[in-house]
Amino acid sequence: MKRFTAWRRRPWAGYAVVLAALAAIGAIYAGFSPRTDRAEAANAAQAAADLANGRQLYNKNCASCHGPNAEGTKDAKGRPLAPSLIGVGAASVDFQVSTGRMPAMNPGAQMPRKPPIPEFNTNIPTDFHDPAQRARAEQQKAQAEKNLADLRNYIQSLGGGPEVPSAEMVDPQGGDVALGGKLFRTNCAQCHNFVGSGGALTGGKYAPPLSNDNVTPTQIYEAMLTGPQAMPVFNDTTLTPEQKKAIIAYVVQTREEPNPGGNGLGRIGPVAEGLTGWLIGLSMLILAAMWLTAKKPKKLKKS
Amino acid sequence: MSDNNLGSNEPMEPGDAAHARNQSPKRVIGTPEQGGRLLATAESEPAPHGAGAELDEAAAKRAERIVALFFLLAALGSVGFIAAYVWSGQQGPNGMHGIEDARASNYALGVAMTVAMLAMAIGVTIWVRRLMTSKQIVQQRGPLRSDEETRAEFEAAFLEGAGDSAVTKRPLLRRTLLLAAAPLGLAPLVLLRDLGPLPEKRLRHTFWGPAVTEAKKHGKQGVRLVVDGAPTQALKVSDFATPGSMITVLPEGIEESHHALNEIAKAVTILINVPADKFKPVKGRENWHVGGIVAYSKICTHVGCPAALYEQTTHHILCPCHQSTFDATDGAKVIFGPAARPLPQLPLSVDKEGYLIATDDFPEPIGPSFWERG
Amino acid sequence: MSTSTTGAAAPKAVSGPLNFIDDRLGSTTFFRRNMKKVFPDHWSFMLGEIALYSFIILLLTGTFLTLWFQPSMHEVVYEGSYTKLNGVKMSEAYASTLHISFDVRGGLLMRQMHHWAAILFMIAIVVHMLRVFFTGAYRKPRELNWLIGIGLFTLGMVEGLFGYSLPDDLLSGTGLRITQGVAESIPVVGTYLYMFLFGGEFPHGTNGEIIPRLFTLHVLLIPGIILALVTAHMMIMWHQKHTQMPGPGRTNDNVVGYPFYPVFMAKTGAYFLFTFGVIALLATFAQINPIWLFGPYDPGAISAGSQPDWYMGVLEGSLRIMPNWETTAFGHTISWNVLVPALGPLGIIFTGAALWPFIEQWVTGDKRWHHTVERPRNAPVRTGVGMAAVTFYGMLWLAGGNDVIAEKFHVSLFATTWFFRFAVFIGPVLAYIITKRICLGLQRSDAATMHHGVEAGVIIMSPEGGFSEKHEPANEQERAVILSKENRTPALPATEKDGIPAPGSKGPLGHLRARLHRYWAIDDIPVEAHDDHHEAEEVEEGKSGRKELTH
Repeated sequence: MKRFTAWRRRPWAGYAVVLAALAAIGAIYAGFSPRTDRAEAANAAQAAADLANGRQLYNKNCASCHGPNAEGTKDAKGRPLAPSLIGVGAASVDFQVSTGRMPAMNPGAQMPRKPPIPEFNTNIPTDFHDPAQRARAEQQKAQAEKNLADLRNYIQSLGGGPEVPSAEMVDPQGGDVALGGKLFRTNCAQCHNFVGSGGALTGGKYAPPLSNDNVTPTQIYEAMLTGPQAMPVFNDTTLTPEQKKAIIAYVVQTREEPNPGGNGLGRIGPVAEGLTGWLIGLSMLILAAMWLTAKKPKKLKKS
Repeated sequence: MSDNNLGSNEPMEPGDAAHARNQSPKRVIGTPEQGGRLLATAESEPAPHGAGAELDEAAAKRAERIVALFFLLAALGSVGFIAAYVWSGQQGPNGMHGIEDARASNYALGVAMTVAMLAMAIGVTIWVRRLMTSKQIVQQRGPLRSDEETRAEFEAAFLEGAGDSAVTKRPLLRRTLLLAAAPLGLAPLVLLRDLGPLPEKRLRHTFWGPAVTEAKKHGKQGVRLVVDGAPTQALKVSDFATPGSMITVLPEGIEESHHALNEIAKAVTILINVPADKFKPVKGRENWHVGGIVAYSKICTHVGCPAALYEQTTHHILCPCHQSTFDATDGAKVIFGPAARPLPQLPLSVDKEGYLIATDDFPEPIGPSFWERG
Repeated sequence: MSTSTTGAAAPKAVSGPLNFIDDRLGSTTFFRRNMKKVFPDHWSFMLGEIALYSFIILLLTGTFLTLWFQPSMHEVVYEGSYTKLNGVKMSEAYASTLHISFDVRGGLLMRQMHHWAAILFMIAIVVHMLRVFFTGAYRKPRELNWLIGIGLFTLGMVEGLFGYSLPDDLLSGTGLRITQGVAESIPVVGTYLYMFLFGGEFPHGTNGEIIPRLFTLHVLLIPGIILALVTAHMMIMWHQKHTQMPGPGRTNDNVVGYPFYPVFMAKTGAYFLFTFGVIALLATFAQINPIWLFGPYDPGAISAGSQPDWYMGVLEGSLRIMPNWETTAFGHTISWNVLVPALGPLGIIFTGAALWPFIEQWVTGDKRWHHTVERPRNAPVRTGVGMAAVTFYGMLWLAGGNDVIAEKFHVSLFATTWFFRFAVFIGPVLAYIITKRICLGLQRSDAATMHHGVEAGVIIMSPEGGFSEKHEPANEQERAVILSKENRTPALPATEKDGIPAPGSKGPLGHLRARLHRYWAIDDIPVEAHDDHHEAEEVEEGKSGRKELTH
């Protein structure tokens, strides 16, 4: 177990897992798809079918707010209810849907991260022992990935926009982490805190934490590129792809870095430290003082 | 003032309550407990002050062994600390090296030190509580003030000394001595003058001013804006065309300036692309923006933190230190928080090659208010 | 040098050095007189010791840190074992702090212990001061030690701020930036102070002055003054003898407790070890001030949740909730939005605390020596004022973390600001009223105990068949504690004998004093010993039966 834990910490471990998963999906997908010696001819038809699937998914999950033609909707007073999706690009769709923020459940100050709806949930567990169950899960996962891709392509086909970055572009080991730290502190830390623990914004909004469970390197890239919700946009000509890669390297390496000094206390700075001093440090010392000054045990005395 | 001088003179220990409760009549179920109050009787054994109580030898032996055990543990902790120190040096080629080693070393050294200290503390505590036989004793407090006689004697001696020294009889002596001492007190203050330069006009301009002047000397219209962190990356209008964009910028060439850190601390600026339909230029500054691209000083006008938190939905600029909030669409006017003034705005334009340029310094001093600011 | 009653001689190893010193200093007289000095025993009397021992740990660990720390703002490019910052430009101060953390064995532990000790030092001072305040232990003759304590707290804050600023990381630089902004706001001399403090402009001055200057203040000047004041504090305490809690056999003229040698010595020694151990424990398992995560100071960068250490939080909070008032007239600007929060709250708390013993003395006219502490309930006005101050401080302190509150509890940031803007005024008033009521309620319950005795838990059936609970007199310990209350007289004698007005009761100040004096005592519920427990039914409300002070 210990060796396995250590092994998982290796920089390449994440990629190995992703690669293995992709290979498995590919193999299974190939197994399910019909024997295709007429694949070449079917390609165009397949693309059209995918786009249709994307449109169908859009109509089912998104159109109620964003309008039948993704033009956005307004309330009676003309205030926008949901923005137009024309030109937001595949990157935006991928970020919003894969983090579960869209489709939104209930409008609040801010759309929270949540598990994506089943149709788009690419994070379902597939490590079942039962082969049938595993196959079912893997099929579901593959379908979710296809659905997400189809929806992305559909929105992309409406008006272009930023594309989803490639795996190489978001490789956390490939970036200049020192530069990333500088750029992160100058442009990101004011909201997300110095290590990406998150922070408060106005009106009940908040900058979400950038932890492992919260955001993948691809999603970080997409967020910078598209500026979801209150977050400003950092397009590729303002922060170049190289700089974005550096920032991703900083975020990912920092969140995976152990705390050399013990428990990190949430890595939110002096507030947690003060609280620990008062609650833990002071209570322990008061208990010690009480013990020291408590009445001596009677039973020790000769009676 | 001895309003509670009653009862026996035998002192009490505060924890006698439990003991006393055992002697009181048995409680009936359902009646309130008498806890929380200090109910007790005085210790019964009469013991001369300072004399030790006698211990039950078997219990004392047990306590002694427990204490010894803790002291041994403490010794182990101390030896462990030294061992951990030596072991920390074995990691990596040149002693301790980097975060993993620091972590291991911190745990090893810290646990050893904690064990050494706490085990010893616990040992001594058990020793005091179980083996030391001293009892509470009473001491009388003497009066703190000196008696009248002493005071009178002192006064007499003081006056006599003053008379002997002639200081009372010779006012010239007294006054000139005071005069001599007064400037001596001022001298150290003068000495502090060279702690720093006078403020002069330092707070009134930033590096944008000289940079624009320098650029104009070379026939340019203004100084280009580079991304903070990438000193060669000047921004074009087309680079920054996405509405909702934000980035921290500096005047080109600031990194090479004299006292670069001081200059950056004043000149650092946020560049924001406000959607053109939302943007309301301030009167007289209609041409200070480029299609909604607008630049404000990043230094908060409250106490000088970088006000850098931009929300593209509300167009608020928020300072994370004290939450002053500015409206980016409306000349960075204050909409909440302790800041009193808008963030100063930098006049922007675009040069022939399409680069964003600043055409002048900030029109007013950046950062917190000060007396001479006006 | 034999204190034993049997007359046996002390071992040579003890008597040798003692005699050597005694021959030259006559010290044995002092030792003889003091080795059995009595120290009253109560857990709350040890709170001050936490501060003392934290201070010793601060001196020890701080000395260790100076062996590697370089108080220099000279810019270097880092190439070291914290690889994520390789190639980054930073000051030598920051680089050497990284070196201490990652390359010096035990360096990280010492850094963390230093910081935790600083946090506990300030915590201990506060709780110790609260104990002293609420038990009235500052009363004559201990006003001087109270003032020294306030001085130590103030110095501790400054010392902590300077220490926080030394590593030149992003948080410490932000702290300095705010310090600079506050300095600048001072009318007339603000900009001069700023320039003189930094040796020029923020942050680098002319030649990187600020960090070396703060370093000297942090390691030499301020600790020197603290050490001197701590020594004075201890010597005064030793000389005056510690106060004691009320109890049987404890009077204002004696002191009851354990002898210094051996019991108190062992206890305080053990407590030093506990303090050391707890600080080591925190330093091992709770990471503090991870400067490598903050990054080097960069005037263009800032982090969410940039907060000072807890003891500066009250300043941070008042800066946050202050409305944005500023006056500009005749070419000059006064920033009330900075000046008021920077000077106001701490000014009120420190000045108020420093003057309080004298104000109380003036109001109550009580010029006696007090060596037995007063139970908080028996001085409702003092306890109420204390709780109001605690609430005031606490509200400002919480306001200093309003962004963390907003984020963790998902409430609007501005709503928290508005809440604290009101709470900081309403909270203390409520706290005062509630506390005073609770105190009076407790007094009433004490009076009842003296009348009825305590419930014995024994149910008695009367011949008529009714049930009643048996009451018995409170035991000696409880009686002594309850009867330690001084019943108060509601008014100053307006005239002395022969009808001459008492000095100090004339003029507006005299009237104020008379009114305050009356207010201080008006609600007092007399608690008296009743030897006969059957007349228990009458006077519970304290409306009648008020008696004069009996001593």
